[in-house]
Amino acid sequence: MYSQGLIGADSETEESEEFLAAFQARIDREEKIEPNDPMPQGYRKTLVRQIGQHAHSEIVGMLPEGNWITRAPTLRRKIALLAKVQDEGGHGLYLYCAAETLGVSREQMTEELLSGKAKYSSIFNYPTPSWADIGAIGWLVDGAAIMNQVPLCRCSFGPYARAMVRVCKEESFHQRQGYELMMTLTEGTDAQREMAQDALNRWWWPSLMMFGPHDSESSNSDQSMLWKIKRFSNDELRQKFVDATVPQAERIGLTVPDPDLKWNPEKNDGEGGYDFGAIDWDEFWRVVKGGGPMNRDRIAARTKAWEDGAWVREAALAHAEKRKQRMQAAKVAAE
Amino acid sequence: MTNNQSYGGADHIEALLALADDHLILGHRLSEWCGHAPMLEEDLSLPNMALDLLGQARNLFAHVANLENCGKSEDDLAYLRSDREYKNCLMVERPNGDFAHTMLRQLYFAAFMQPYWQAMEDSTDDTLRALAGKAEKEMSYHIRHAGEWVVRLGDGTEESAHRMVNAVVALHPYTDELFEISAPLQNCIEHGLLPDPTPIRAPWQAMIEDIFSQAYLTIPDVPFPQEGGRHGRHTEDFGHLLSELQYMQRAYPGMAW
Ligand SMILES: [Fe+2]
Ligand SMILES: [Fe+2]
Repeated sequence: MYSQGLIGADSETEESEEFLAAFQARIDREEKIEPNDPMPQGYRKTLVRQIGQHAHSEIVGMLPEGNWITRAPTLRRKIALLAKVQDEGGHGLYLYCAAETLGVSREQMTEELLSGKAKYSSIFNYPTPSWADIGAIGWLVDGAAIMNQVPLCRCSFGPYARAMVRVCKEESFHQRQGYELMMTLTEGTDAQREMAQDALNRWWWPSLMMFGPHDSESSNSDQSMLWKIKRFSNDELRQKFVDATVPQAERIGLTVPDPDLKWNPEKNDGEGGYDFGAIDWDEFWRVVKGGGPMNRDRIAARTKAWEDGAWVREAALAHAEKRKQRMQAAKVAAE
Repeated sequence: MTNNQSYGGADHIEALLALADDHLILGHRLSEWCGHAPMLEEDLSLPNMALDLLGQARNLFAHVANLENCGKSEDDLAYLRSDREYKNCLMVERPNGDFAHTMLRQLYFAAFMQPYWQAMEDSTDDTLRALAGKAEKEMSYHIRHAGEWVVRLGDGTEESAHRMVNAVVALHPYTDELFEISAPLQNCIEHGLLPDPTPIRAPWQAMIEDIFSQAYLTIPDVPFPQEGGRHGRHTEDFGHLLSELQYMQRAYPGMAW
């Protein structure tokens, strides 16, 4: 789905001043950097880290929603949810391919995910106890992902930017579908409305955390902005998300769980925007560091799939090798 | 539903439900893999095949709902029957097991359904005729995909070959039921509504033998084939499948989702 404001990137770089200046000049001219172009080590490392985190988020993100595929209440919803989760897998695949252009293999990235070395978006460390969570995730989590990813369509690294164009189209479909699911619940019975409100209560704050720490706390944002990997700061994107989402909640009669939420006409250079309450950063860091309700379960599920599938991947390789040898033998025999 | 003999009659509905149930239940089973497959490519392919089957199930239930014309929706049919009222063959409800089981089950089923859908292009039921072309193409893809995996695993490593043999032993006894002709189906065959599965048996067998020969597998003798699904007699696993499938509809009856 999305990698939250990059966590723990190391953008140190050791190239000469001239090289760095020439590279920056290309970036400033809005030229796209392609995989075989010379680039600073720090730029490469930052992108590998960010695209990897993003890919892992798509893959781990299949789990919380996948939890409801077998229990979806109607055939239409079951099909839509399965297709949605499959789309996320597809996003993971394009992103791994984009990262591979920078010289890191999918296998390597997967091992880093499973060992805990690589991060993924913390939002997926929350559980999906109710059907309404499927609506809340589509609406809020895919909604936040869009805010983050639309600017990434103009990212300076070509393969990432191009992958994002395709991904964003699908994310906005997911967002509308999730919102429509929530709307259906709010138009239903009291039990359904309660279910919807409860899901919003649980997903609202974690969704705001998806944009990462405040700008004042975010160490690697400046260099990423300069390299045009990032176009807007964490706080700018979070504000956009709040401003877009609060009226959507009101429209379907749901209450955003923030007593400090208030329209402020002065905000956004006088265009107006919402003031909102303080984010619980202790919770954010706790979940980032592995202490969320589902961190262990998510990695355990990915590890199980990887380990249970090892014999299948080995068999596929062994079979391909056998075929190759047979073809060579047949060629020799024919000569 | 007064006319039991032909279009829209009880037998027509019963036979269509069996077909719809096969697609629903196998689609449901395949969907259980989503997010847990052996490789990312299969995390895309397995849901793809599940989506094909669930889409076909939905079309078939909608067709039945239309024929019954008694206020029941496609979801009432798919979600709100008792276990004895589901008429899917037993093979599709078998648990996924390992990847070898899942791919073999898919091959067995698709190798039957592809020619069966093809034969439905001559049905006197207009709706089935309209559905057949797309469904048949989808089944061809399933045969190719699952067949390639059966060959890869049968002719892969020692472990994969062993697992493939186990899958054949476990699942082959359920293949006879694909060709079973229940009384309602017999009536539909006589009225040209549904095809006779009998002529499909020899080509089905030939296709499986061909794939098995590339996979170093042999078709086992099956002294005691398993059947009962067409009469609503299911395996123990089926109740658990239904308890998930029906959970929301049972816990929150009568609501719109
Ligand atoms: Fe995504
Ligand atoms: Fe999405």
